[in-house]
Amino acid sequence: MERDDIIEYSLDIHHSEEHGKAIRTKIWKVTALLTAITALEVVLGSQIKQSSDYWQAIKWFFIGLTLIKAAYIVLIFMHLGDEKKSLKYMILVPYFIFILYLIYILIVEALAVNSAWTLNVV
Amino acid sequence: MAGHASKEIDSSALWGGKISPFSTSYGKMMMWFFLVSDALTFSGLLVAYGFTRHACLDAWPIGEETFNSMPFLGHGYPLLYVALMTFILIVSSVTMVLAVEAGHRMDRKGVTKWLIATIIGGFFFVGSQAWEWSHFIHGSEFGKVELTDGSQAIVKGHFGEIENFKVLEAGKHHKKGDVITEDLLHEFHHAVVAGNVENGIITLHDGSKAKVNKKADHGMTLVVKKDGGTHKVGDVIPESKACDMYYEAINSGTPNRVVYGADLQQNEYGPQQYGQFFFFITGFHGFHVFSGVIINIIILMGVISGTYHKRGHYEMIEKTGLYWHFVDLVWVFVFTFFYLV
Repeated sequence: MERDDIIEYSLDIHHSEEHGKAIRTKIWKVTALLTAITALEVVLGSQIKQSSDYWQAIKWFFIGLTLIKAAYIVLIFMHLGDEKKSLKYMILVPYFIFILYLIYILIVEALAVNSAWTLNVV
Repeated sequence: MAGHASKEIDSSALWGGKISPFSTSYGKMMMWFFLVSDALTFSGLLVAYGFTRHACLDAWPIGEETFNSMPFLGHGYPLLYVALMTFILIVSSVTMVLAVEAGHRMDRKGVTKWLIATIIGGFFFVGSQAWEWSHFIHGSEFGKVELTDGSQAIVKGHFGEIENFKVLEAGKHHKKGDVITEDLLHEFHHAVVAGNVENGIITLHDGSKAKVNKKADHGMTLVVKKDGGTHKVGDVIPESKACDMYYEAINSGTPNRVVYGADLQQNEYGPQQYGQFFFFITGFHGFHVFSGVIINIIILMGVISGTYHKRGHYEMIEKTGLYWHFVDLVWVFVFTFFYLV
């Protein structure tokens, strides 16, 4: 039975051969970028020791690179960049609210625990 | 991808009922909701890991020192193996997105080809993780040592090979004068943990006593990972003293002075929780990869039998693709926070 209350959104997602070619080019470009970032991370990670003076800068650089990688995976590979704004924000906003709060708690509490342990007050 | 989501629809029509305000199908939206909750689970685990790590600070192991081995090549390749695993997973993510793209052109052959490639990549990753776990569980040749002041230190340097055990006192199996050349390292580690090595004489499991003939170690230094009476976390004991202090523990004849590898109770790399987090986080991720491979195989059967072609669209590939990319996404974070920083 044909139902008129359901819209088959999936039937709308077809694209032509030429459009497909453009998409594939984009995919391979993103692949090259992700691979290059991983390679850079490994080279830096094996060359610069954690005892080095540059370590703090490198650490934040790594975290930045990771976020870039994650953004490309989510926006391009998972096509979230092509979805409606409302869907995008419904996924990203609640997630980030929770995670930023958790990260804040983790750093504050962990350092408090650490200082308690090192001062031997517990 | 593009499609309905890119259409401009008046917001009163969009939110007025009868259509999805997100211009997406129910299945895809629910996959996204599931992924958000799964992302929160993984974030929770990584946050717990970060909490423990910051609470322990210097005692925490350093990724590039713990994971520096390659299959067939041995030690001295920091991070290379996990980088390879990361690369495998990225590539399998790419083949998945190519399968999705082929699906949008109704190219059944293309979908089949890229989906098979994705499944192979997934199996490679799971296999790599098995090797990684095995390596982590078995540990290094030196292990972690408890020094006389009660502090614990990890050992760096080149382990001199054990050449043989020369039997001095007969036991159940070995006669006096026998030279044992098999399974030496395993037997040695076992005896050290049990406290059966004293002054270079090992008591084997059959009760025989043998002299350990071993080449000299090179460049040994100790890095203290747990406070003791004299040594504090972060202290590095130079080569001149390290060897004596290490072999004092080995030859003490006291059990449990040295820890090799890892289990859920203890590990040679750092605090107890380190091993537990390693097993839980990489294990939970590995389980996701494994179930992803199974899901991909099931979907592949649907592709080959033409189920989705008859349906007129390959959205199912998109949905499993979302899950598969998510697994890759999680690994990007595990790679950074477990191995890199």
